[in-house]
Amino acid sequence: MDLTTQYLGFTLKNPLVPSASPLSKSVDQAKELEDNGASALIMYSLFEEAITAETETMNRFLHQQDTGFAEADEGFLPDWQDFSTGLDQYLENLRRLKETLDIPVIASLNGVTPGGWINHAKELQQAGADALELNVYYVAGDIDLSGAEVEERYLEILRLLKGNISIPINMKLSPSFSSVGNMARRLAGAGADGVALFNRFYQPDINTDSLRLQPSLHPSTSAEALLAMRWIAILYGRIDGLSLGATGGIHTADDTIKLLLAGSDVVHLCSTLLKNGPAQIARILKGLTNWMEEQSFESVADLRGRVSALTIANPAEFERANYVNILDSYSFAPGVMV
Amino acid sequence: MSDKEMVTLDGNEAAAYIAHMTNEVIAIYPITPASPMGEWSDEWSSLGIKNLWGTIPDVIEMQSEAGAVASLHGALQAGSLSTTFTASQGLLLMIPTMYKVAGELTPTVLHVTARSLAAQALSIFGDHGDVMAVRATGYAMLCSASVQEIMDFALISQAATLESRVPFLHFFDGFRSSHEVVKIHKLSVDTIRAMIDEDLVIAHRQRAMNPDHPIIRGTAQNPDVYFQGRETVNPFYEAVPGIIQAQMDKLATMTGRQYQLFEYVGAEDAEHVIMLMGSGIGAAEEAVQMLAAQGAKVGMIKVRLFRPFSKAHLLAALPVTAKKVAVLDRTKEPGAEGEPLYKDVITAFAEAVAEGSMAAMPRVVGGRYGLSSKEFTPAMVKGVFDELAKDQPKNRFTVGIIDDVRHTSIDWDPHFKPDTSSVTNCVFYGLGSDGTVSANKNSIKIIAEETPNYGQGYFEYDSKKAGAVTVSHLRFGPSPINSTYLIGDNEASFVACHQPTFVTRFDMLAKAKDGAIFLLNSATPPERVWDDLPKNMQQAMIDKHIRFYVIDAYDIAEQAGMGRRINTIMQTCFFAISGILPRDEAIAQIKYAVKKTYGMKGQRLLDRNYAAIDATLAGLHEVPVPGQATSSFERPPVVPADAPDFVQRVTSILIEGRGNSLPVSLMPVDGTWPTGTTRYEKRNIALQLPEWDENLCTQCGKCPLVCPHAAIRAKVYPQDLLAQAPAGFQSAPIKGKDFPAAHHVSYQIAPDDCTGCGLCVEVCPIRDRNNPEHKAINMRPAEERHDIEQPRWDFFLSLPEFDRTKLDSNKIKHAMMMQPLFEFSGACVGCGETPYIKLASQLFGDRMLIGNATGCSSIYGGNLPTTPYTVTSEGRGPTWNNSLFEDTAEFGLGMRLAVDKQAEQAREMLALMADQVGTDLADALIHADQSTEAGIFEQRERIAALKEKLKTIDTPQARSLASVCEALAKRSVWIVGGDGWAYDIGYGGVDHVLSAGRNVNLLVLDTEVYSNTGGQRSKATPLGAVAKFAAGGKPTFKKDLAMMAMAYETVYVAQVAFGAKDVQTIRAFMEAESYDGPSLIICYSPCIAHGVDMSNNLRQQDMAVNSGHWPLFRYDPRRTARGENPLIIDCKPPSIPYRDFISTETRFSVLNRINPNIAEKYLTMAQRHVETRFSLYSQLAELAVKKADKPAPPSE
Repeated sequence: MDLTTQYLGFTLKNPLVPSASPLSKSVDQAKELEDNGASALIMYSLFEEAITAETETMNRFLHQQDTGFAEADEGFLPDWQDFSTGLDQYLENLRRLKETLDIPVIASLNGVTPGGWINHAKELQQAGADALELNVYYVAGDIDLSGAEVEERYLEILRLLKGNISIPINMKLSPSFSSVGNMARRLAGAGADGVALFNRFYQPDINTDSLRLQPSLHPSTSAEALLAMRWIAILYGRIDGLSLGATGGIHTADDTIKLLLAGSDVVHLCSTLLKNGPAQIARILKGLTNWMEEQSFESVADLRGRVSALTIANPAEFERANYVNILDSYSFAPGVMV
Repeated sequence: MSDKEMVTLDGNEAAAYIAHMTNEVIAIYPITPASPMGEWSDEWSSLGIKNLWGTIPDVIEMQSEAGAVASLHGALQAGSLSTTFTASQGLLLMIPTMYKVAGELTPTVLHVTARSLAAQALSIFGDHGDVMAVRATGYAMLCSASVQEIMDFALISQAATLESRVPFLHFFDGFRSSHEVVKIHKLSVDTIRAMIDEDLVIAHRQRAMNPDHPIIRGTAQNPDVYFQGRETVNPFYEAVPGIIQAQMDKLATMTGRQYQLFEYVGAEDAEHVIMLMGSGIGAAEEAVQMLAAQGAKVGMIKVRLFRPFSKAHLLAALPVTAKKVAVLDRTKEPGAEGEPLYKDVITAFAEAVAEGSMAAMPRVVGGRYGLSSKEFTPAMVKGVFDELAKDQPKNRFTVGIIDDVRHTSIDWDPHFKPDTSSVTNCVFYGLGSDGTVSANKNSIKIIAEETPNYGQGYFEYDSKKAGAVTVSHLRFGPSPINSTYLIGDNEASFVACHQPTFVTRFDMLAKAKDGAIFLLNSATPPERVWDDLPKNMQQAMIDKHIRFYVIDAYDIAEQAGMGRRINTIMQTCFFAISGILPRDEAIAQIKYAVKKTYGMKGQRLLDRNYAAIDATLAGLHEVPVPGQATSSFERPPVVPADAPDFVQRVTSILIEGRGNSLPVSLMPVDGTWPTGTTRYEKRNIALQLPEWDENLCTQCGKCPLVCPHAAIRAKVYPQDLLAQAPAGFQSAPIKGKDFPAAHHVSYQIAPDDCTGCGLCVEVCPIRDRNNPEHKAINMRPAEERHDIEQPRWDFFLSLPEFDRTKLDSNKIKHAMMMQPLFEFSGACVGCGETPYIKLASQLFGDRMLIGNATGCSSIYGGNLPTTPYTVTSEGRGPTWNNSLFEDTAEFGLGMRLAVDKQAEQAREMLALMADQVGTDLADALIHADQSTEAGIFEQRERIAALKEKLKTIDTPQARSLASVCEALAKRSVWIVGGDGWAYDIGYGGVDHVLSAGRNVNLLVLDTEVYSNTGGQRSKATPLGAVAKFAAGGKPTFKKDLAMMAMAYETVYVAQVAFGAKDVQTIRAFMEAESYDGPSLIICYSPCIAHGVDMSNNLRQQDMAVNSGHWPLFRYDPRRTARGENPLIIDCKPPSIPYRDFISTETRFSVLNRINPNIAEKYLTMAQRHVETRFSLYSQLAELAVKKADKPAPPSE
């Protein structure tokens, strides 16, 4: 049975690619992912903003500890002058992952400033990243900012990067574009090698004791994968050379199969691995091969996109019909007398 | 041997270098000023730095100095080379064990930064009170007078203790030597190795306890042999002086630095000689050399070895021509006929004369100097010689103070100065937080290490934590600098003022000499800056021909993205205009230093520092000094004209920084000071002030609750009083049916006392719907608001307090209407502790007795010049005392015992005198219900009536009853301290007091580190937090103090965090105080030591609770008696990942940067721990409780 799939120019042994998660912080855990069948690995995200903030914090609390009172004249924390920055550690982890793993390692970058994107991307390429995923984590809270301007920001970053690095670039997108398909096509035009659909945002929550905001993160559920499924089904086969990755809510073999049927080149796993451990990859692979056997599919290539907008009788179902069907589910069948 | 390496360091680092190199086990405990020795040792071991024998010393923090020395005793007995460091009270705690260590002839060196003992007051500064208190223990005592000597004598002590087997106390002066930064020769590892005899190390190990060769020590002996046993050690002590001198000679052969046990300096034919030990030697030597060069027959003896006291070496050092000797002691022994060194010297001389080895007895006088780091200058030394020259020189004199009570003090001429023309003196006035001190340390390193020059830095600090002022004293010159005193008036060639508001606060130009440079950081353009200066300052500039430079450092810092950190900018100015180094070379050196610090941390930090340096050179302007002082204002008086007499005569002088001039007669004789004086120290340090929006405000009371400095207040008052209000005074009709009609409320800020922390705005829950940026309270530039708020604040103070018997203390809004009796403390901006104390003072302050453990709360609570505890309009308020660090629970319990006993005595006498005072009154007094504010008020009324009655009864019993009858009113005893006290050093007492069943309230302000001493870990420090003494992250969980207290089942226990759930905090305070038994409230107190800006104080509390780090609960034994579960959990299960909490605080996140694997491991453990602990607490809170037959007694 042939499980290989093409992704960002690589031939992967199967379509299961763990997405950015803390599991890639440990080389041992990453190795376990590979041993359980991961075909590539996306590293945890390098957050430019976090690195900058952290460096500023360390600078203040380690380098600039003057207090002015005699009993704490040297400040409060030990004099760790030679701490490594988050970037140093990321690059070091990337090098160690590359030394240990045989599968492609995709670095993930979350930036804020153009300078940060380029400098960090170059360093990631230099440290051996096989590809780069850009996580443009952006909530357009500014109501003066038009959708077109937001889109241009993505394209601009991508163009800048393509001019500076040579490894493939995958764009991780949010679902908040008014025209996701058009956006994907323009990204491909600007040089994107693939897109991952979709980013999940931390949602702020309100604490009713303190009346303050607090971040919340709820693990994804399989239901969320349906959003990616729809858009992958719509995009499948429409944009030449653009790899399609599905992310967010893929927990089981069943989820995986659906996304592949919709047209994904790969599916990204995260919450399910955090919850069930690396062995979940092997279980999903087993479920996939069992299902392929039952359904008599010889290869992943064979089943990919079988239920996409290109291949089903009524593509509009991917666009509106589903909603209507649910609304309509209280209606009696036409043949039933009431 | 190569000892060519020059290093720039302070005395603590010099001592720690040798201690870490020559020991295997190091037991530490924080105490100022010795803590850095432990910190260095911990850091070096964390970094894997090995000792002389190639192993990393095992460094362990203990729960107290008693614990440290006991573990050291054990390590020594089991054969390790072991050391510890301490000072002051810490040394006193070691005394019992020191006798044991010495009695067993155990080689070890104890390094002590000599510090004052707490007597009429605590002092962190230097004198020999502590070391003199241990002179009978049997430790040899070797004293270093300079940083170079500290490194050398630390090694000599180590070598000599191994050879002699007598334990050594190596001491040097706290702060003056321990914290002076200076360029010295570093002892090489080869030299250290050559000084330590391996055979002696092996001999020490062979004497160790070892079950393969068992011995027994520590026996109990009887009258038959104890005495003889005590005399066995004599040969060992007799050998010590010779051994040390031999080691000094040996070191001299390797380094060229020759020391003597008693070292004479001065004229060969000196007739007048002074003797002293410690850092005062530096000042004395300068004076002696100058006087001797002028032909005066004077000399001095530097005393290095104090114990064993070597008469022979002393006599050998004294010139035979000596006729008069002044022996100076840096200590005070009240009631003795002289201080220790004086008495030893006089005994030695007397014996020598009697034995015939000395021709005639010189006239010997003793004097005291330098207590608590009191300045000791060459001029004072000259004063001593002048006194000796008199026919009848004073004995037991003091020098350095004015004693107008017993006239012990001698005069000195401050104009006498040694010739230091080759030395450049520079003085810098900075804010604690602006980086002035570290920039100056950096400058010394640059000059001392990159040029042939020697450099010295000494730093004066503030007693305030918020807006602390530092004065840096830097000296540079071609020869080693031994001036162990501050740069004096008319001595500095460079004076810098890093903070524009200082021009009206300090007379900075007093230090400037003629032609000096004055550098001012000011936002005023150069062409107008002259007008900003007070008239007396302008005149000083003209008179002293000052060259005046100005820079807008805040603007450059802001432009470069450095916030308000102006250190690099001001340092650049210093090098650019002082001429100490060629300008280009100096700038290159600063850039190099910046690159060394930031090179690895990203281009961004590097770039902006470079940009700031370049912008500084462009923005530095010389301002021509006009020929005439034109200013229309002088420096304003430091306290208002209506301040009380004592504040005018004494406190104001302290505030001005002129406390040295106060004579003995103005000092309280027993350490008793008036309370409520912070209100007279107006510091005006906020850059922004809050502005209340009375229309938007819902009057919830949260802003006064969170204000760390009681600088925002709420008051309810009759509306008609507004008729006298100044224009614009803000008020609003009070909301809620609990208040009478026609009453208004005001939330008013104290503009001179606010520190600008912004927590009031942060906590405000009300936003303007049309403008969400606008809350019911908002920060505004201080220059816009200060003068508007000032008359409003004055009027607000004049409004009467609302009747507290009509307020419901359980409600925040109501409680915040009560007057805080803790105000304007010197605590840090955004302090996480003070809101709890202030809350207690509002709820119970007019009946509070406070026993306060040493720590932050005793410093902002009781450090002069001014203290924050204050009084109501009736004159009632908290009465406060600090005993020690370790004994606070017991100290507070004693207060309870006293007030209970007095109340009992009063009731007993009342019963006997009922007929005389009236049976109704007596009965009411004896059986008063004081469970409410109204009940307490009525009891006070009855006591007042009783006092009136007693005035009319002229019997001893009436007078006796009058003296105790105030105790019939409810007293609230509070025992306050931090986690260092409650979890560590004071835990034994805390535990006992909790078990004793008496009605005391323990308030633990848990910052999870020893905050006051600079952030050392305690048992409250959480797993994985980096702290001093836990440089590699704390490997164990935080101790669960609450659970331990709950185990008694008779203790009220609450864990609170006002920033997470203020209602629960106030409820816990009310319940704890009302419980007639011991109560323990553990308060989460964010601290700047956590490595997060305190503007996030409330957010951090919230996250601590939500992550499960700090569960909120209350355990009330009274509920058990009612058949209910005593434990109530007041928070939800952990709802945010522990990672989210710790990633916001540098104390945790730095570990991820220095050791990510350990950091992840600790995080996993901590996440599991918070979940299981919450689960455990939840289960305990769910347990069914059998109703008790009768209420459980709170006592044991």
